Amino acid sequence: MEQIVLSIIRKYGSDANRLMDMLIDLQEQFGYISRQAVALLAHNLGLSQVDVEQTITFYHFLSTKPRGKYAIYLNNSAVAYMFGRQAIKEAFEKEVGIAFGQVTDDGLIGLFDTACIGMNDQEPAAIINNKVFTRLTPYRVKEIVRHMRQGLSLDELVNESYGDGKNQHPQLKAMVSSNIRRKGMILSDLYSMGKVTKEILPGMSPEAVIAEIKHSHIRGRGGAGFPTGFKWEFCRRAKGAKHYVVCNADEGEPGTFKDRVILTEKPELVFEGMAIAGYAIGGDEGILYLRYEYRYMKNYLESVLQHMRDEKLLGSNIAGIEGFNFDIRIQFGAGAYVCGEESALLESLEGKRGEPRDKPPFPVEKGYLGQPTIINNVETFATAVRIIENGGEWFTQFGTEDSTGTKILSISGDCMFPGVYEVNWGFNVEDMLDMVGAYDVQAVQVGGPSGTLIGPAEFHRTLGYSDLSTGGSMIIFGKQRNLLKDVVLNFMEFFIDESCGSCSTCRNMPQVMRNKLLKILKGKGVTSDLADLQNWGKVLHASRCGLGQTAANPIVSSLKNFRHLYEDLLQKDVEFDQGFDLETSVQGSCKYVGRIPKFHNH
Amino acid sequence: MANLIKFKIDGRECMAEAGTYIVEAARQNGIFIPTLCNMKGLHPKGACRICTVRINGRLMTSCTTPVTDGIEIESESADITELRKSIIELLFVSGNHFCPSCEKSGNCELQALGYLYQMMVPRYPYDFPLKDVDASSPKIIKDQNRCILCKRCIKSIKDENGRSFFAFHSRGNHLEVVLDEELAANMTDELAELAMNNCPVGSILVKEKGFATPIGKRKFDNQPIGSEIEG
Amino acid sequence: MSKPVIATTSLAGCFGCHMSILDIDERILQLIELVEFNKSPVDDIKTFTKPVDIGIIEGGCCNSENVEVLRSFRKNCKILISLGECAIMGGLPALRNGIPVEECLHEAYIGGPTVQLNKEHILPNDDELPMLLDRVYPCHEVVKIDYFLPGCPPRADLIWDALVALITGDPMKLPYEVVKFD
Repeated sequence: MEQIVLSIIRKYGSDANRLMDMLIDLQEQFGYISRQAVALLAHNLGLSQVDVEQTITFYHFLSTKPRGKYAIYLNNSAVAYMFGRQAIKEAFEKEVGIAFGQVTDDGLIGLFDTACIGMNDQEPAAIINNKVFTRLTPYRVKEIVRHMRQGLSLDELVNESYGDGKNQHPQLKAMVSSNIRRKGMILSDLYSMGKVTKEILPGMSPEAVIAEIKHSHIRGRGGAGFPTGFKWEFCRRAKGAKHYVVCNADEGEPGTFKDRVILTEKPELVFEGMAIAGYAIGGDEGILYLRYEYRYMKNYLESVLQHMRDEKLLGSNIAGIEGFNFDIRIQFGAGAYVCGEESALLESLEGKRGEPRDKPPFPVEKGYLGQPTIINNVETFATAVRIIENGGEWFTQFGTEDSTGTKILSISGDCMFPGVYEVNWGFNVEDMLDMVGAYDVQAVQVGGPSGTLIGPAEFHRTLGYSDLSTGGSMIIFGKQRNLLKDVVLNFMEFFIDESCGSCSTCRNMPQVMRNKLLKILKGKGVTSDLADLQNWGKVLHASRCGLGQTAANPIVSSLKNFRHLYEDLLQKDVEFDQGFDLETSVQGSCKYVGRIPKFHNH
Repeated sequence: MANLIKFKIDGRECMAEAGTYIVEAARQNGIFIPTLCNMKGLHPKGACRICTVRINGRLMTSCTTPVTDGIEIESESADITELRKSIIELLFVSGNHFCPSCEKSGNCELQALGYLYQMMVPRYPYDFPLKDVDASSPKIIKDQNRCILCKRCIKSIKDENGRSFFAFHSRGNHLEVVLDEELAANMTDELAELAMNNCPVGSILVKEKGFATPIGKRKFDNQPIGSEIEG
Repeated sequence: MSKPVIATTSLAGCFGCHMSILDIDERILQLIELVEFNKSPVDDIKTFTKPVDIGIIEGGCCNSENVEVLRSFRKNCKILISLGECAIMGGLPALRNGIPVEECLHEAYIGGPTVQLNKEHILPNDDELPMLLDRVYPCHEVVKIDYFLPGCPPRADLIWDALVALITGDPMKLPYEVVKFD
């Protein structure tokens, strides 16, 4: 044990900045990170033990207690529930004989909940020892558990039931489906790897690359929409010993899965885009920060990187351009939505808790290891290649004036054809619903839980930075859904679970608001509760990062667009009710002392 | 004084060296902006959000934002004051702050801010979370009921090799500050005392100490927090 | 014009807040001139005999009787004041909040280190006794409370100022020294 831990520490150069890699290796090797391992890490990295543990306990997939030989993480997103998660959960509990959150006494199987794993178009889904199992049914659960008891390997559990497209690649062999329903410039089959790097880049200066990106008016595809060209330019101008290119593949917004599809089907496009960015900003190191939920892609993506090195698309003097050196490594997260926020991502890259940084300074000035860094979304890098290939002017013909180009949407929920759709910006919601075969739609969650919940009255609105801005998550809810109970509550729980806890506002307020929502759902609501919810949500605007600032959105936006759902639940002619109920509050003590509660008429 | 710049806080003309954090720059100009997680000499981490101000329509923490030439800072407008009060109330309901039985009462910065903003009752329901009191180390009691997760101890209490005695544990509303067992075993009296003094509330106590100053003579009994700045 | 009527009670409190009312010292004579007391431990009137203007509540709600008394105060008083930390946030009795009530009862009557005489492990369960709540509730979580006067106990000057302001309709002064949580 000690030798293994020490060899893992050495593997990463005894560098505390690589603590995440060490912890992930240990977790995978032993199924948990023992006290002994923590002590060894601390002593060899010059940290206190609580300092090591503060990183471990931040991440969902790292644990100081054994998680079982087979650790089953069942997705608990709202859409998972819509497609039968409850039955799957019960089936697992029945077959394994334990409740979620527990590990069997023999240490064989552990059952855990986990937030959206990027499979909303094929739910219910679970991750078992880094393999993704999609479209689960109670029968399949029975079979999986039986096979685990028989000691079958994970590959055997998969049953050779691979998904479509590159998911069948020998290095991937995933049960996941890409479900590409509509292609545009990014998902297009016309891309040929290395063409831009070899044929076009040699004729362009880094400044010319940035000028072309600026001319295209492309804005960040992750959701925040910062103009990409400016970001690259600021970074190029910033002084530092080294400049870094980071690709944000944390894709944690529930309902988003398009980055998973891009990385499955077009990884070369993304890596080429990162290299072009490296050329533009003058950086030689790229890091793909990949969410741990996509760990199953590791070998596949490594093989793609190797292939690109073999093709001289990564490495030294790429495309014969003197001094154009660039390579990419993959760094994994370990289960934390907030790490999709760029500065939290940087902290995580440095082996720390994913707590967002205060801005200024911005990452383009002080990013990874304090050096100028650009962080762009998977889709942004992919798009950049097509811009350089065809020119910024060409790019502006797609989309609208303020939202140029295409956008890949992850569409899930109540529709005939969930999956990935690449559309021009400016698409309106109505057309989108028609496109995916969604009928009797009650609401659409645009941009995931941190976005907006809209109803039919707003379906004429268009997707774009000036109207309905979205990182791509579109979740459709049919008339049969209970929006407050099944959607809004689920989203609030998500924000509560995923807050880093650093800001007092985001650590506490979502819970306060969730509790009030629960009170209303219990039938104890009064009119003043709605004003409270509306006002209290504003406190979150003072949070440091986007997670905190938007953590009240599920309630605030549903209250705005579906107020009647709340009003229907309020008590009539009752002005005051804080949720206190005498009858229930004496149950426990009466039962314990052995008396029957009696109440005077009140 | 090199590079003095001009800026405004609530319309008042101020001057400070460029790059000074707003909280400090305000202090130099006799203006108090309330803080909890901030501490002189430590790298700021806008965690408590109480020092929030508005600059160009954006809410920013004044402990982490440097002054720049000509900026106009809004600090005591009605809605920012209300925001600060809300945050203080939120901190009160999310922990178990039993002031009457707390060793730090009268010297507590959270309580002092409650006084400053005349909090008569928090608008939010009390959560009464179940929290631990860890008295296992030789010198210190760590009472999680009172901790406001400001990180001051984490950042300031280190051994000679720069290792932290305190660290966060878990995240979100399960977040706690815990004490390192190994390091705590050899903690000096001076460091223990410093940890207690650096804690803005009564979450870190040196064992067998407390209630030494009578009511009426404690730090915030008669003088509001910040009054030494505003004079 | 008749004098404003005041009622007071102590729920899950220690009567310290009532002591603090008496701490207004000689001003109590002035108070008697200004107001009339109804149901209150101060004059030992046990039940409401007329509509009351100002009800003063000390202590939070830890059992069913507290809830009942508090509700009767809400019904009979125009204005309710939560007086002191226990009424406002449960106070020291609320230290038990967060711990399951079963554990509290076990500690108090069976397992606690000072329990020596209860060899048969009898738990109080007579129907005449109030029923224990799962936790101690601040008064404003049970009924609507109009004003809050913090302190443990609230300073006598704060109580006096508040009562005078309510009776005269003048705005209340809140000098820094008198608003305290301990």
